[in-house]
Amino acid sequence: MTLTELTIKELWHRKSQLISGLLAITLGIGVIVGIRSISVVSEKAVAVNLDNLGANILVLPQAASVDNYYAADIDAPTFSESYVEKIVTSTLPGVDNMSPKLTRRVKIGNENIVLTGILPKSEIASKPIWQSGGLLGNKVNPSCAPKAGAEKTKNIDPKLQRKGIETLASNDCFLGSAVAQKFKLKENGKLTIQGKEFNVVKVLPETGTVDDDRVFANLHEVQALLGTGEQISAIEIMGCCSAISEGLLSKLRNILPDTRITTIGQIVSTQIETNRMMNKISLVFLIIILFVGSISIGNYIWANVNERRKEIGILRMIGYHKKQVYYILILKALIIGIVGGVLGYVLGTLAAIWLGPLFIGIEVSPIYSLLFLSIAISIIISIIGSVIPAYMAGKIEPFSNMQED
Amino acid sequence: MLIQIKNLTKTYQRLEGAINAVDNLSLDIPRGEFVTITGTSGSGKTTLLLILGGLLQPTTGSLIYNGKEINLHNDNDLATFRSKHVGFVMQSFALIPYLTATENIMIALNVKNKNKHENKKRAIELLEWVGLADRTTHYPKELSAGQQQRVAIARALANNPDLLLADEPTGNLDPGLSEEILTILKEINQKQSTTVVMVTHSPVAAEYGTLRIKLNNGILIN
Ligand SMILES: Nc1ncnc2c1ncn2[C@@H]1O[C@H](COP(=O)(O)OP(=O)(O)OP(=O)(O)O)[C@@H](O)[C@H]1O
Ligand SMILES: [Mg+2]
Repeated sequence: MTLTELTIKELWHRKSQLISGLLAITLGIGVIVGIRSISVVSEKAVAVNLDNLGANILVLPQAASVDNYYAADIDAPTFSESYVEKIVTSTLPGVDNMSPKLTRRVKIGNENIVLTGILPKSEIASKPIWQSGGLLGNKVNPSCAPKAGAEKTKNIDPKLQRKGIETLASNDCFLGSAVAQKFKLKENGKLTIQGKEFNVVKVLPETGTVDDDRVFANLHEVQALLGTGEQISAIEIMGCCSAISEGLLSKLRNILPDTRITTIGQIVSTQIETNRMMNKISLVFLIIILFVGSISIGNYIWANVNERRKEIGILRMIGYHKKQVYYILILKALIIGIVGGVLGYVLGTLAAIWLGPLFIGIEVSPIYSLLFLSIAISIIISIIGSVIPAYMAGKIEPFSNMQED
Repeated sequence: MLIQIKNLTKTYQRLEGAINAVDNLSLDIPRGEFVTITGTSGSGKTTLLLILGGLLQPTTGSLIYNGKEINLHNDNDLATFRSKHVGFVMQSFALIPYLTATENIMIALNVKNKNKHENKKRAIELLEWVGLADRTTHYPKELSAGQQQRVAIARALANNPDLLLADEPTGNLDPGLSEEILTILKEINQKQSTTVVMVTHSPVAAEYGTLRIKLNNGILIN
């Protein structure tokens, strides 16, 4: 029997106390980990969106939110595909390229995937009116460099833009990396979606966004599969930067009155704003939890010391020094801190994985480095909390076992 | 001479005034004696015993142990002194409730020796010696009062102390069990030549003493 073994045995001996002692710290750490897990994914999504999104203008149904766009909600509203033509026939200057999309979550077996219908260039090209509009195959027009003051779109590097897909036969599809992994598919594999078999033409590289969970197929094929008719959920437009600053958005709004038209800059900035807020919230929580956690651990150890006055007196009587009394109490706090940190991490991560898709529409995966952070924070909490009670325990007289009952 | 105490005073300051629980007391205890301390309630017996065992710091006075003066005002020195030289047996047994009989003894052995295997062996030997060979894994609450006191005696002997201090060790036991415990203490005194100092109210127990001391108001009366 060593002092370490004694400490562990005492923890077990007073189990109900242990549970209530653990609860505060576990919940506290859980909240921090949960918030952090979600905001990290969200931050990453912003970064990737900035880099990968080919378009800088987004046309959405009036009733849709930007979240719908990212989350590909089942019941997200749609609008008519004919809007594409409306834009084209208007011959608005500054619309360089556009890509209509229909996105839905579907199940293949037990797995959720995001099915996105897109129009390949060859099909758009087959529409004479589009060709005459000179819209196709245009890379971003270099002459379209932002004028002074229009720096908003500067960060969209033409090189990073998603290249248009030249052809996409009706039974072809592209797979996001996560989907390919889930179904163990490679190029030339076969994937059956709602009874229709698709050829895997290409597996896309990992992006870290919802795109990894996407299956891209021909828009008209997807419309037929989902039975939506000629409906789409968004049009991504590559607009000329200077045209945007000269009021392209409001002109588009005039043609498409019942839609929401935003720039990616706005979308990204709302998301950045959300992330900033999440970071602030997690900082506030961290401070609250450092306080509340330390106080509750302190309170727990203090109650424990009072309950153990006799016992601590006995240890002192048989010759243990003050510092060994500190040791058993700080060790106890430390064990609770570490266990609370691990449990809090697990709890927070599970909550984020469960709640992330439910409320914010992003898939959250565990962040393993947060485990160490959780443990570090809860160790700090438990040490701060136990210093004063341990010091007071050192003052217990070695003969106290005979004074009180 | 095992212990010499000189001009020992312990004063308790209270609002009503100061009480000298032990009052300018000097006493020599030769090695190997069985000392009994008697006296009326509040006469200072426990106070004296606690100071002898290095559990309580006196207000003034000195304690010379084995020819060496003990620093009575240093907490760490006193803890080391206790672990090396003194064993305690208390009226209330003073066992740790969530440790078994063996573990209660091992935790005392662990103060001086970190070898768990050796400690366990010695703890079981000690329990056998006090007649509890079949109670090694019992928790205090699973033992009778007499058995608990025997575990406490075994623990007091764990580190081979020169001095065994007992404060009313039979105070919570009926006469039959008292005799058992007193016999064990006597045996420890005689066979291992351990010096025993026992505080008692019972005239029967006091009979065991080879050196009998009586206190009144913190002063020796012989
Ligand atoms: N912590 C304390 N504070 C104040 N006075 C104390 C304290 N401890 C003991 N005393 C006083 O010191 C005196 C001696 O106490 P002590 O416990 O040594 O008596 P005792 O002889 O052991 O009595 P008993 O036979 O009842 O155990 C008593 O008058 C008691 O009230
Ligand atoms: Mg007493």
